[in-house]
Amino acid sequence: MPFQPVVLVTDALLFVLLGLIVGAVWRARRSPPMRRAWRDVGRSRSGMASATILVAFLGIGVADSLHYRPLLESAGGTKSSVYSAEVLSALDAALTPLRVRVERTYSAPLATRSFAKETIESESGAIARDYPRLQFAGAQLADPDRDRDQDVRNRLLRGIGLGLGAAVLTCLGLGTFLGRGQEGGCASGWWAILSGRTTVRWRAALITVLGLGAVIGGLAALAPVYHVFGTDKVGQDVLYLTLKSVRTALVIGTLTTLVLLPVALALGVLAGYLGGWVDDLIQYVYTVLNSIPGVLLIAAAVLMMQGLIDRHPEWFSTAAERADARLLALCCILGLTSWTGLARLLRGEALKLRELEYVQAARAFGVGTPRILLRHILPNVMHIVLIAVVMDFSSLVLAEAVLSYVGIGVDPNTISFGTMINAARMELAREPMVWWSLGSAFVFMFTLVLSANLFADAVRDAFDPRRG
Amino acid sequence: MLHSVRFWVALLLLAGLVGCRPVWNDPYPASEGEANVMYSAFTNRPKHLDPVQSYSEDEATFLYQIYEPPLQYHYLQRPYALIPAAAAEMPKVILLDAAGRELPPDADPAKVAESQYEIRIQPGIRYQPHPAFAQRDDGSSRYLPMPAEDLARARQLGDFAETGTRELIAADYVNQIKRLAHPRLHSPILELMGDYIIGLKALHARLQKDPAAQAWPATHIDLTRYPLDGVQVVDRYTYRVRLRGAYPQFLYWLAMPFFAPVPPEVEQFFEQPGMAERNLTLDWWPIGTGAYMLAENDPNARMTLVRNPNFHGETYPCEGEAADQGAGLLADCGKAVPFIERVVFSREKESIPYWNKFLQGYYDASGVSSDNFDQAVQLGGQGDVLLTDEMRERGIRLTTAVAPTVMYTGFNMLDPVVGGGSERARKLRLALSIAIDQEEFISVFLNGRGLTAMHPLPPDIFGYREGEAGINPYVFDWVDGRAKRKSIEEARRLLAEAGYPGGRDAATGEPLIINLDTTGTGLGDKARIDWLTKQFRKIDLQLVVRSTDYNRFQDKIRKGNAQLFFWGWNADYPDPENFLFLLYGPQSKVASQGENAANYANPEYDRLFERMKAMADGPERQALIDRMMAILQHDAPWIWGFYEKAYVLQHGWLMNRKPGKIIRSALKYQRIDTALRARQREAWNRPDIGPLFAMAGLALVVVGPAVLAYRRRERATGRKAA
Amino acid sequence: MLAYIFRRLFYAIPILIGVNLLTFALFFVVNTPDDMARMQLGVKRVTPEAIERWKVERGYDKPLFFNAAAMGVGQLTQTVFFDKSLRMFALEFGRSDDGRDIGNEIRTRMGPSLAIAVPTFLLGLYVTVSLALFLVLFRATALDVWGVVGCVMLMSISGLFYIIGGQWLVSKVWHLVPISGYTSGLDGFRFLILPVVISVVASIGANTRWYRTLFLEEISKDYVRTARAKGLSETTVLFRHVLRNAMIPILTGVVVVIPLLFMGSLLVESFFGIPGLGSYTIDAINAQDFAIVRAMVFIGSVLYILGLLLTDISYTWVDPRVRLG
Repeated sequence: MPFQPVVLVTDALLFVLLGLIVGAVWRARRSPPMRRAWRDVGRSRSGMASATILVAFLGIGVADSLHYRPLLESAGGTKSSVYSAEVLSALDAALTPLRVRVERTYSAPLATRSFAKETIESESGAIARDYPRLQFAGAQLADPDRDRDQDVRNRLLRGIGLGLGAAVLTCLGLGTFLGRGQEGGCASGWWAILSGRTTVRWRAALITVLGLGAVIGGLAALAPVYHVFGTDKVGQDVLYLTLKSVRTALVIGTLTTLVLLPVALALGVLAGYLGGWVDDLIQYVYTVLNSIPGVLLIAAAVLMMQGLIDRHPEWFSTAAERADARLLALCCILGLTSWTGLARLLRGEALKLRELEYVQAARAFGVGTPRILLRHILPNVMHIVLIAVVMDFSSLVLAEAVLSYVGIGVDPNTISFGTMINAARMELAREPMVWWSLGSAFVFMFTLVLSANLFADAVRDAFDPRRG
Repeated sequence: MLHSVRFWVALLLLAGLVGCRPVWNDPYPASEGEANVMYSAFTNRPKHLDPVQSYSEDEATFLYQIYEPPLQYHYLQRPYALIPAAAAEMPKVILLDAAGRELPPDADPAKVAESQYEIRIQPGIRYQPHPAFAQRDDGSSRYLPMPAEDLARARQLGDFAETGTRELIAADYVNQIKRLAHPRLHSPILELMGDYIIGLKALHARLQKDPAAQAWPATHIDLTRYPLDGVQVVDRYTYRVRLRGAYPQFLYWLAMPFFAPVPPEVEQFFEQPGMAERNLTLDWWPIGTGAYMLAENDPNARMTLVRNPNFHGETYPCEGEAADQGAGLLADCGKAVPFIERVVFSREKESIPYWNKFLQGYYDASGVSSDNFDQAVQLGGQGDVLLTDEMRERGIRLTTAVAPTVMYTGFNMLDPVVGGGSERARKLRLALSIAIDQEEFISVFLNGRGLTAMHPLPPDIFGYREGEAGINPYVFDWVDGRAKRKSIEEARRLLAEAGYPGGRDAATGEPLIINLDTTGTGLGDKARIDWLTKQFRKIDLQLVVRSTDYNRFQDKIRKGNAQLFFWGWNADYPDPENFLFLLYGPQSKVASQGENAANYANPEYDRLFERMKAMADGPERQALIDRMMAILQHDAPWIWGFYEKAYVLQHGWLMNRKPGKIIRSALKYQRIDTALRARQREAWNRPDIGPLFAMAGLALVVVGPAVLAYRRRERATGRKAA
Repeated sequence: MLAYIFRRLFYAIPILIGVNLLTFALFFVVNTPDDMARMQLGVKRVTPEAIERWKVERGYDKPLFFNAAAMGVGQLTQTVFFDKSLRMFALEFGRSDDGRDIGNEIRTRMGPSLAIAVPTFLLGLYVTVSLALFLVLFRATALDVWGVVGCVMLMSISGLFYIIGGQWLVSKVWHLVPISGYTSGLDGFRFLILPVVISVVASIGANTRWYRTLFLEEISKDYVRTARAKGLSETTVLFRHVLRNAMIPILTGVVVVIPLLFMGSLLVESFFGIPGLGSYTIDAINAQDFAIVRAMVFIGSVLYILGLLLTDISYTWVDPRVRLG
């Protein structure tokens, strides 16, 4: 085999999460109230648009979660196949040119020359101070100072054109698929979408797809020959770093809620439903956790985890596994400090549900407690869980940045928005200023968090019965 | 609408308050405008200001201005030269053999059984004004015992209204040397000095039995009741220190605050009950005879040094290096120092504000611990240090000098893969030494503020060789009058010879993985790791970085579990011994908790080191050092990294500042053109109020139409209702 | 009322013990006393003896929870846990690992923290509530829609960008205020104005949106319709009725944080060089000085519990129908 698949723990959990989502969608299709609620989500234009963007981000995250170790070329004399200790992902493979074309140090976006003057020795031995040409960016140009703008424009136009074309094709396929059930045939279905008369706002989604197509097309046309967002201090492509950060953000944003979910669900529902000393005990635990200032608790727990990981290097065979363990630990710790809010909500809801007639009736019929919890209580609190998951996502992504800044975030080797900001904050003070690392981290993070927020709003409006 | 009117009025009032100064962003009180004050910053709060304990660079910035040891370094001369500070002349050294006979000064160090240092201090030196010396009219001490009402009022040292002074005597120096053995004070050099100063360890053992030594916080121990064999007061102004064997480096120690005077009555003053609770301790309020004294100690925000009115006086040096004349460093020749009245150090934890304030002219020069400061400066690559045009126009100047430090990447010699004396491991080490391009590192990460190391000895230290004789022949070639790093092919060849062709173990085919242990999550670490990974990839090796917190890192090094690690050494004094001991076998970290973190041991090297150690500088010592270097370069226990360049980035109004990491008492020589500073600050910091108006306008554009629309609607509905 | 307060305070004790146990256990897993000693004694020339001596002096040589060697009560009291944690109930914070008195430090740093936290809190509340009312006044118009979009956008920016960007623009480019620093007294406002404004701006997005939903919920109730039917103007309805009735949910969120203002803000304080409790905490985390961190955790928990109590009390004050019993 040319590679050996590697499944990191967070990969596995991420796929479990995807599986859960697919399962939930499957179930929701058969339950009329769920279908109605989801249709309400679709009724929000911003919800549809942001969902489309989130799907794109998710795509990046998933591609970056398919890890493998490449096969090393067989060295003389040995027969057994040996795999590299470096763990790559499908995204790395797709972005190979961006990953390996590392310049010496800073260069501005789309630049063909280095950011700082250097002493250059020409072949004749004369020494001059100038901005040296970059090793990779714009290497195809004979005279970059003259030809670059023209070349960039051509590539950009071609890229956007191709991207738009691909997007249109996607839209066509999607529209036809959606329109097929419509009475009056495909054409009227199309017309409904285009004029925005469908219940689910497909038009918003399709417009977003077009926009995404243009952006991706443009980037894809330029990225192989230029550093679109420049390079960082050691010459790595900033676009590559930003794309790699997406997975970290997604993992933190989703897995944190996933790992804390069983705890919060069990404790919250039990406290609300059983009451009595169980309730007292659980309330005690979460008041204690709640009353410790969050950052301090996280700091202590992170430092402890780190110590544990450092003391047991034998647990991990590759650096990626180590970094992954730290990422997961961070998720658990963030979960530990934030499950209390969800548990409290669930407790309140369970308290209410317990008094409802059908639950009372079930109890009167002698149905066992575990069965009541599973059949009657749990399904009826799931909307709270869903709202909590989508609402927490953006705040967790933001929290990661702050924690990494304080030095208690992800492993410094892990590429994340937090580590990028942390590394880049000094660059703003440089003369002249290096703004592109911070800038692209800002743009990507802002887009991700903004679409998550908008989507969360749509979901909450649709599912929260108080607002129904 | 009313509340927003009020808001604007308030804003205007505030603007009025600010508006009375020419610049709005001056972080200092307006009253200090053109005062003779120097502004500097510190990043880490000092932990100890007690001269027996303090051993860090951050604390030295304050301590060396306040305490005056017997000796100091000449401000301008290089290589570093010792001159008297409080001492009247250089100490008299007498060498004795085992039978107590005097030996000539150039005697073989192995024959020396004891060396005596007789130090005579200048008479008439007086301490800074201090309440511990305050006396009533009848000559009794004012604050000893402490009157309760005075204690109740006291928050800092300045709260004691009355002060006094006293003449400096030799007994004060002796007192301080005894304090090195004080069990409660944890002097970091006790172990080291205990090996040399006769009777110091015995004194330590005796003091430990004193019940007062166990108490914490402090109760007073009368050290005069504890004699110390090796240190005696000869007369009022002279004292003698007796050392075991020959230890010429002792003179350098005499230039550090460990050997500064501490008057016993001050100790007694601070050790009264109730003082420690108010942070009134010697550890917090140093007292000395130096050019400055500590007037304000608020390590969270500000430390202020004020000129000591009782300073015995010193003049600015008249000779220096050749370039000093041209740099204007000799202009103040013969004038009385210090020049500056007050020095304000502000706490600056984040580097961005620190750097920006410097650019705005609110710090006079790059500050105390400048390692994070220079990251902001955009300088040229490849070792040429330059300022941007804009900075040069502002009169900012940059001077550099190689500091007595060495940064290196050490191999753990106990490691089965990279360590040990085998040829295989040695070649692997050499291959790595070639592959890791230090020149690129210096240019990318240090802005060229470094010099590639060929061995552990930096320039300006005896034993360092320039030119072709000084290069490391295993890593460099001498081409066209320059050292040129050997090619990557050479590194690959060595790697293949070591049994790892193409980075794979020839026997098993497994890729070779090297582990680097490092600390911290601080600034730039990710970039450094990325860079290093890139270097390893050049020879197809895989690098795994195990970064961890400082304690865990120390732990690994101590137990010998590391493989490759970054480390550095900041010299205590400019002598080769202080560098070469880092690779001396008996100093091994694992075996004896010493400073030899690589755990390197080579019997031949150790033997040479023992001979070289106490020898006077000269051709014989040079020959020994050359041989030691050859051994080190052959064995390659470290990847010789680089020597840092100390640098000074300063504004045009600051004079007489010369970089030199070892010279820490430099404040007294510096001078400020305050008028120029005031002018330039004003020119650089004109407030730009346009954006404020723009924002106000924007708010009006948004709110105005909305309010109008609302009014119209309200009126319309009102009419309809009517 | 008084009995209620006492009962609540009594309940707080087991919670605080729980907090102490948890933090204590966490920190001693992280750092053994050996680590602390090494941290404090510096890098150069540290010997094992020095570490032992340091531990004895600071009382870290005792067993953690149970001292089998001692007699009677001493088995529990002569332990590190009792010494370092339970003494805090008497507000004896002891000394930090670098030997300074923690209580003293906290007292001096409280001022700067409050100087920045109180104006931020008040101004933030004022600005966000006004903005929310403004949006509600124009509900279901383009202004409202774009206002909410603006809020969501503001919410989506990391706090770090607000600080870095604000400092760069206002102090560096426009030269309007000092970049960092602090003095007490009237002159100090020059240092405080930027951090306060930045903190307020950073909180606008989330808070305005939250208050807006509260007001909208309130406005859809019957009494509002009645009031409007009486011919009261929209502004009167909003300020007189809606604002007052929305007070309870606002209080729930707001009162609980008032005591926590003492703790200061971690990021803002360290970026702006304000010597408050927030930067004290960050320093302590970085230096791994856990004596300080433990003290801060303890104070934080006490303040939090106090905040909960204050919230309950303030309910009775806003809404006379609420009784504490």
